[in-house]
Amino acid sequence: MSAVAATGSQGLWFLSRGSGLVLLALFSVVVVLGVATRTGSAPRRWPRFAVAELHRTLSLFAVALLVLHVVTAILDPFVTIGWAATVLPFASPYRTLAIGLGTLAVDLGGAVLITSLARQRLGQRAWRAVHWLAYLAWPAAFLHSLTAGNDLGIWWVALTEVASAAAVAAAVLARLFSRGRDGPPEPGQGPGPSRAADPRPAPARPTARAA
Amino acid sequence: MIAGARLRLNPIACDGRGLCAEVLPEMITLDDWGFPIIRDADVPPGLLDEAAEAVRLCPRLALRLDHPSTTPAASRPRAG
Amino acid sequence: MNTLDSDQLPARGAAAVQARRFPRLLPERFGGGPASLEEHLSRYGQLPHGWGGPWREQLIAEVGRAGLTGRGGAAFPTARKLAAVAGGPDMPVVIANGTEGEPASAKDKVLLACAPHLVLDGAVLAAHMVGARQAIVVVHDAVREVVDGAAAERRRARLDRVKIKVMTGADRFVGGEASALVNWVAQGIPLPTATPPRVSESGLRGRPTLVQNVETLAHLALIARWGARWFRSLGTTAEPGSILVTLIGAVRQPGVREIEIGMPLSDVLGRAGGPAAPLGALLIGGYFGTWADPAVAGPLPFSAEGLSAVGGSPGAGLVAALPADVCGLAETARVARYLADESAGQCGPCVFGLGSIADALADLAAGRGYQPGRLRRWMAQTEGRGACHHPDGAVRMVRSALAVFGPEIDRHAQGWCCGRRPPGVLPVPPRRTP
Repeated sequence: MSAVAATGSQGLWFLSRGSGLVLLALFSVVVVLGVATRTGSAPRRWPRFAVAELHRTLSLFAVALLVLHVVTAILDPFVTIGWAATVLPFASPYRTLAIGLGTLAVDLGGAVLITSLARQRLGQRAWRAVHWLAYLAWPAAFLHSLTAGNDLGIWWVALTEVASAAAVAAAVLARLFSRGRDGPPEPGQGPGPSRAADPRPAPARPTARAA
Repeated sequence: MIAGARLRLNPIACDGRGLCAEVLPEMITLDDWGFPIIRDADVPPGLLDEAAEAVRLCPRLALRLDHPSTTPAASRPRAG
Repeated sequence: MNTLDSDQLPARGAAAVQARRFPRLLPERFGGGPASLEEHLSRYGQLPHGWGGPWREQLIAEVGRAGLTGRGGAAFPTARKLAAVAGGPDMPVVIANGTEGEPASAKDKVLLACAPHLVLDGAVLAAHMVGARQAIVVVHDAVREVVDGAAAERRRARLDRVKIKVMTGADRFVGGEASALVNWVAQGIPLPTATPPRVSESGLRGRPTLVQNVETLAHLALIARWGARWFRSLGTTAEPGSILVTLIGAVRQPGVREIEIGMPLSDVLGRAGGPAAPLGALLIGGYFGTWADPAVAGPLPFSAEGLSAVGGSPGAGLVAALPADVCGLAETARVARYLADESAGQCGPCVFGLGSIADALADLAAGRGYQPGRLRRWMAQTEGRGACHHPDGAVRMVRSALAVFGPEIDRHAQGWCCGRRPPGVLPVPPRRTP
């Protein structure tokens, strides 16, 4: 009997960790896609609206996976986390800091999600201000994944962690250094030759002008 | 003739991202610098869905679909 | 021209006699600083007072009969604007526009420097007419002190029921646009905002806002005193009254003059002493105006109707005379570059479009090549696609240049230029560092 219970508990534990890893990878892809809509890279192969829609769809899928991840972790009888810790950071007796980081990621991500769903009603400025929190949510999730699990010894877990971090880092750097459309560039930096000095007349020939 | 919905662009909010022209090429083309040109603001009934999609997709919320019955009086263009 | 006999004008003593004289707004002789409150009252008499809806409506109707249109460049019927602002549910506010961001134009500065009380009368009157309790007068830095002084004089004399607030305008070309002016007054940002809603419906702090050029307000102050018939004793039937013009360039006595609308353009130049050299072209209206051939435009009446024959209009009242030995394309290129730089930078088509157009004109003027198809496409893609009319005005000016300087374009294509002096007739302030 206890063997079955133990197997069930093991199942929940595996499900929680497994979904967590997939979630990290997925979240990282979502962040990269989010940056891609901004810097608008490779629009010819990938229409911009496709990138935007994929970003949206994957983030919604990630929410579903997140529910699985959180519920299995809480239901797991092997560790005591408590339902409060789903939204209240650092409320878990088990690995308070590590779980707390996860909760933080959920809170921040939740704010991003809700404001994105209500974007039309909120307006651009409010939506954008909250969306920046995504840049805090991801590191919280990443640190959570490093500290809350025990599986870094497994090579493909470590690989996933490194790859996710590398992808997000690359995307963030691309965002920082691109001329990404933050608004039209300064006048004078548009296409065409740079601002010439006062145009001087071509070699002049005294031409009588028609009266 | 019954007036239909009109697609309106806020040129200050618009950033030339170009998603609108991808989903609504029948109504929106891009100029030499990537900014949308809406040739005719009146949306044909068959394109209403695509137009609503373009409005939803715009990353800068620069597009609006005005239905004549729901346009607030204050922002209707006034004669004179 | 529709001139009434002076017998038909009300005979009401010395003020009325003086009123029939011309000029109306400007002093007969310049110099000596602004007219003091006393001098102003002795020349023009008191501003009429009144209260209540019927008085306001009657006055707005009189302005409508007078046919006064805006003197800021757009020539919108003033009575209609007054009625629109007065008709709103909230308490309106009046903003007098004396910022004169157009570098070549000086008429508003001169008017404020000579007759500030006339403008303040108009602002106060406009406030009464729309039911506002405050009039904000935004002026160019050069005349701030004078206007402050006049406002102080009025406060000491407890002249007005309306509160007058004087502000300095931003040093920005687009700062004079109505929504940009409201934005400047509200939060110090001289950039246009997206309309709808129009400022006459929802402007400063969401209230109906009357934005009126200072010259228009000066005319308003006189219509209130002497009526529509008096106002119509000058000018044409369609466009009555007098107008201030700034004459610059190759004229003997450049400066600001008050002229009767409908006066032939050559006579207008004559008021500035006539051409100082053989002329190559005229720029009429302002930097959003129209280039014209002097031979064709000379006989035309200075009015919207008359100048429409060359695709122009009085605009902001600028008449710039380009001598024949200065290259018109080079001047146009300089102004186009200025207008591109002065873009608010908020709308892509304006920033990129005007930038590309200015680049193309610079190439054309310097003999580096010309692609007319590309330039025409850019102009078509730029106009009408901004939040304000800055790109439209710039494109209009460039189009007229391409039409008028056709022969010069051909010469430039072959590497020649008729200009024997460097360009610089049209003042272009040095480029602002971002």
